[in-house]
Amino acid sequence: MATTDIYNAEFMDHVAHPDYKYQMDDPTYTHEGVNPSCGDELNFSVRMADDGTIDEAAFTGHGCAISQASADIMSDLMVGKTPEEAVRLCKLFGQMVRGEETDDDVLEQLEDATVLKDIAHMPARVKCAELAWRTLEEMLEAHGTTAGGSGTGQASGEA
Amino acid sequence: MLTSEELDLITQSPYKQDFPLLAANPGLAYLDSAATAQRPAAVLDAQRRFYETMNANPLRGLYQLSVEATAAIDAARKHIAGFIGAVDEKGKPQGNQIVFTRNASESLNLVAKTLGAQVLGPGDQVVISIMEHHSNIIPWQQVCAQTGAELVYLRLDDRYEITPQEIEDKIGPRAKIVSVTHVSNVLGVENDVAAIARRAHQMGAYMVVDGAQSVPHVKVDVRQLGCDLLAFSAHKLGGPMGIGVLWGRKDLLDAMPPFLTGGEMIDSVTETGAVWAPVPQKFEAGTQDAAGSYAFDADIAYLEGKGFDALESRERLLARYLCEQLQALPFVDVIGPAEPERHVGAVSFNVRGVHPHDVASILDMSQVCIRAGHHCAQPLLAYLDVENGATCRASVAFYNDKSDVDRLVVALEQVWKIFHGND
Repeated sequence: MATTDIYNAEFMDHVAHPDYKYQMDDPTYTHEGVNPSCGDELNFSVRMADDGTIDEAAFTGHGCAISQASADIMSDLMVGKTPEEAVRLCKLFGQMVRGEETDDDVLEQLEDATVLKDIAHMPARVKCAELAWRTLEEMLEAHGTTAGGSGTGQASGEA
Repeated sequence: MLTSEELDLITQSPYKQDFPLLAANPGLAYLDSAATAQRPAAVLDAQRRFYETMNANPLRGLYQLSVEATAAIDAARKHIAGFIGAVDEKGKPQGNQIVFTRNASESLNLVAKTLGAQVLGPGDQVVISIMEHHSNIIPWQQVCAQTGAELVYLRLDDRYEITPQEIEDKIGPRAKIVSVTHVSNVLGVENDVAAIARRAHQMGAYMVVDGAQSVPHVKVDVRQLGCDLLAFSAHKLGGPMGIGVLWGRKDLLDAMPPFLTGGEMIDSVTETGAVWAPVPQKFEAGTQDAAGSYAFDADIAYLEGKGFDALESRERLLARYLCEQLQALPFVDVIGPAEPERHVGAVSFNVRGVHPHDVASILDMSQVCIRAGHHCAQPLLAYLDVENGATCRASVAFYNDKSDVDRLVVALEQVWKIFHGND
């Protein structure tokens, strides 16, 4: 019945000392994500480089430790990725935390984010872990930066 | 603080052995009985016994088996009526005042959608309190929107009380229905329902009580409460899930229109209309969970067999101990009355700077079960301006013992260490 210990030192370091939790100057895109069940609120920003990759990622907001650590881990992973790669990784993360993808060789691409793999055994917390990733995915697709992007969505607009 | 004699009374639980889930999981500290209680073997056995020995569709009985099923349900109604003081002047239980529903939520919906629709109009008021569960808010929001009535909230003072002044100010001549929870599922406070009912009746309003959190822990007597209708759920006092009760004054139930319609709730039907069956069948369309009602009867027999007064006193000690132990932790803030004895069953709290969902997840690693979140009372948490709009809530029932609370305390110290170990 006991939950696996995801609140380990590596995870808690992201909670206590997030590297990417700050207000970005001059972002290309900003998008807000909300998880009503927890009251988690996240404002995620990226700045795109001239070559179309993500140059900088940062977030502000508040919420539970899982939503905050997940946002910090994701920000680190996304720097240098193209929007297509970023969206693909967001989808893969979602599959991991919902327990749909368990192959470690596949999940390796998520790097440090695999620390959240055991969220799959905590169904009530999946939405917390996914918040940052859903927010980024919505942002990139809303701005039509990916091949599959529809250009619609609830983006808060270019900052 | 509890005296050593009082501590002795809760050091062990003579009841855990009666609850198969608790007996099978001695490592579990189940502190979420306000969400749902555990069920004693007597209830599980009764459920099975119904299907094995008296399974037939009640009410339509032209053969012995169905007659027995019908008799079992009638006996359950009488037993429940007696349990909540719904008796006539000779003390005879009034089984026909007990309507079976699926849960307290459905009972409250039934009242809002029948009585509410019948008596409310533009300019009228429905008065509820700010500490209601969503089940006693949303049905009234809906019926007010449909009828043009206004929804008015009784607020709490800084002692978490609805003051006599507030009752007088808010319940006026425009009030047609007052619907208030007896015990708050978040704060654990008991409201002076009798005083609210007196004011409601002076103003010509009906008085509805949400007893979901009180019937399990307090000896509820509808005559003393002075209410017109009372809603509660079986599963919060050890009965089956999916069985709820609406008690109502007979003349009022008679005057209310039906809720769901169809089978088993009519006397006769023609191409153009129908004549309703008498109360309570009028409110029970379709085949009911007869086995569940029968098992709830067995649950009440179990509670009465142990002595409800003894169980209630034990729960008060456990709730006091729980509150005192939480208050003693320097990193915990209790949300609710400072007086431990004012907590009926439940204590809400927060670990400073830690989201309640993280607290609950970490406690789960130690097999300590609590509830965390908005507890289906978002307007209350917004009114109290609680961080994150959420709290942790630990709640006790008579089968708990001191060790369950002590394990919560150890696990909360672990939470604090995880979040502040390097401070």
